[in-house]
Amino acid sequence: MELSEHLFRRESGRLVASLTRIFGVHNLALAEDVVQDAFCRALEVWKVRGIPDNPSAWLMAVAKNRALDVVRRERTLRTFAPELARVLESEWTLAPAIEEAFASPVIRDEQLKMMFSCCHPSLPEDTQIALVLNTLCGFGASEIASAFLIGRAAMEKRISRGKKVLAGEKRLFDLSDADFGSRLSAVRRALYLLFNEGYHSASGEAAVRAELCGEAIRMTKLLLEAPSAAQPETDALAALMCLHAARLPARIDLSGDLNPLLDQDRSRWDRALVHEGLALLDRSATGAVVSGYHIEAAIAAAHATAPSVAATNWKVIVQMYDRLMDVAPSPWVPLNRAIAIAQTDGPDSGLEALHAIPDSDRLSQYPFYPAALGELELRRGNLDAARGHFSSAAALARNPVERRFLERRAGVCARE
Amino acid sequence: MSQFLYLYRMTAAARQQANSTPERAQQNMQRWMKWMAELDAKGHLKDRGQPLENTGKVVRGQKAVVDGPYTEAKDLVGGFTIVEASDIDQAVDLSYGCPIFEGGGSVEVRPVMKMDL
Repeated sequence: MELSEHLFRRESGRLVASLTRIFGVHNLALAEDVVQDAFCRALEVWKVRGIPDNPSAWLMAVAKNRALDVVRRERTLRTFAPELARVLESEWTLAPAIEEAFASPVIRDEQLKMMFSCCHPSLPEDTQIALVLNTLCGFGASEIASAFLIGRAAMEKRISRGKKVLAGEKRLFDLSDADFGSRLSAVRRALYLLFNEGYHSASGEAAVRAELCGEAIRMTKLLLEAPSAAQPETDALAALMCLHAARLPARIDLSGDLNPLLDQDRSRWDRALVHEGLALLDRSATGAVVSGYHIEAAIAAAHATAPSVAATNWKVIVQMYDRLMDVAPSPWVPLNRAIAIAQTDGPDSGLEALHAIPDSDRLSQYPFYPAALGELELRRGNLDAARGHFSSAAALARNPVERRFLERRAGVCARE
Repeated sequence: MSQFLYLYRMTAAARQQANSTPERAQQNMQRWMKWMAELDAKGHLKDRGQPLENTGKVVRGQKAVVDGPYTEAKDLVGGFTIVEASDIDQAVDLSYGCPIFEGGGSVEVRPVMKMDL
C-alpha cells in the first residue's frame, strides 16, 4: 500500500474541521491536539505494520475515538460546541453526534465555515491566508514561513494572533449569515492572493510554489461545492487559477530557471488544466457582473489558446487590460498592458506606454518593471541601455531564480 | 543466518520531531516504508513485529502491580521487528537506515538466542 501524496496534510484540514464542530471553535487548539495524537498513533502503528488499506478511514476512526474520550472526560470541565451541548451530555446521543460530525457533507460544510471564519474582516489579508494554510491545508508555521520568506517566529505570531480572533468567536461563520456576500468576496480575494503567492512569489523553491497554487485551486473548488458560493465570479476565479497553473510546468525549466511567457515551450503546458479552465470560464459567463477575475481569466485564456506568441491576439489582450484598469486597477496591470502594446505596435510604443504609467513609483521595487524596459530597449538595439535596466532589475530580484534570469538577460546584451 | 530483535526506543522529543507538522509526519512515514521495504527486498525481514502502546502495567508479583513502564522514562520501547542477518555486525549495519535516528531515537539490536546448539 502506497501513501497518497500529502495524505496527512489533507486529512489534517478535514479532521480539524470535524472536531471543531464537536468541540466548538473556542477549542480549536484541542481539536488540533487530537489530530496530532491521531497522526502520532498512525505513525507508530503504520511504520511497523505497514499502511492500512484505507488510511483516511483509519485516521478518522482514531480521531472519533479520541473525541469520544475527550468529551467523556472533560464534559463537566469544559463547554464544547454550544449547538451540540445537549447531545454531548448524554451517552445515548454522544456517539451518534460524533459519528455525524465525520460524515462527508458535514466535513465539507465545516471546512467551508472554517474558510469563511479565517477570512474575518478584522484580520489583515496576510493573516487570513496564513490561517487558511495552517488550519485548512495543514501546513505548519515553519512551512508557511519559508514559503513567504519571513521568519518562523513572526509567522507563528501571525498565526496565533489570527487564531485568537478565530477562537474568540462564539461559533464558526454561518453560511446563511446576512454578511455572506461580503465575506465571500474576502474569501475569494484571500484565495486569489494565495494563488498569486504561489505563482509569482518571492520564494525560490519551485515545488513549494506549485503546492501553494495547488492548494489555492483545491480550496476554490471546495468553495464551488457550496451552492451559495458557486457564483460566476467564483467560477472565473477558478478558471484563472487553472489557466495560469497550466503554464507552471513551462515556467520553470529543468535547470530551475525562469522562462517568461514569450519564451515558453507551449507543448509543456498542462492541456487538462487548460480545458478545465476554459470550461470554468464558459460557465462564469453569466450574470451582470464582469469581475477582475473574469477579465484576468479571459487574458489567460487568450494566451492558453494561442498556438504561438506570433499567433496571439495581442490587440484583444490590450483591450482587456484597459478593461481591467477600470474594474480592478493595480500597478502591474499597465505594466503588462505596455508589454502587450509592444507586441502589436512595436517596442517604441511599448516603451512609451511604460513611461506613461502614472504611478510608476509604485513599481520601483518590482524587478519586472526595469526588466520590461530592458527587453524593449534590447529589441530597439539599445544594448547599453538594456543592460543597465537588466542590472537594476537584477539588483531588485527577490530570489535566486529571478536573479539568475535577469543576470542572464543582462549577459545577452553584452554579447550581441 | 541468525535472528536479531530490533527494539525501537524513542524519546518524547523524537516523537514530537517526527510529527511536528502533517508534512513531516508524511515524510517520516515514507522513510520508514522505504527502509522496511529495503529490508524485505533483501530478505532480512523475518517478522515486521508489532507497535507497542506507551503505557501498560509493570508487575513484580501479585501485590506489586504499578502503572508503567515508567512515565518519567526518557526513551520508551515503541515497537519491535525481527530481522535475519549473518551476524550482529550485519544486523547493526542494516539498522543504520532506520529513520528513528533523525529525531534522536535509537535501535537496540539483540541477538535472539538459538535453541539448536
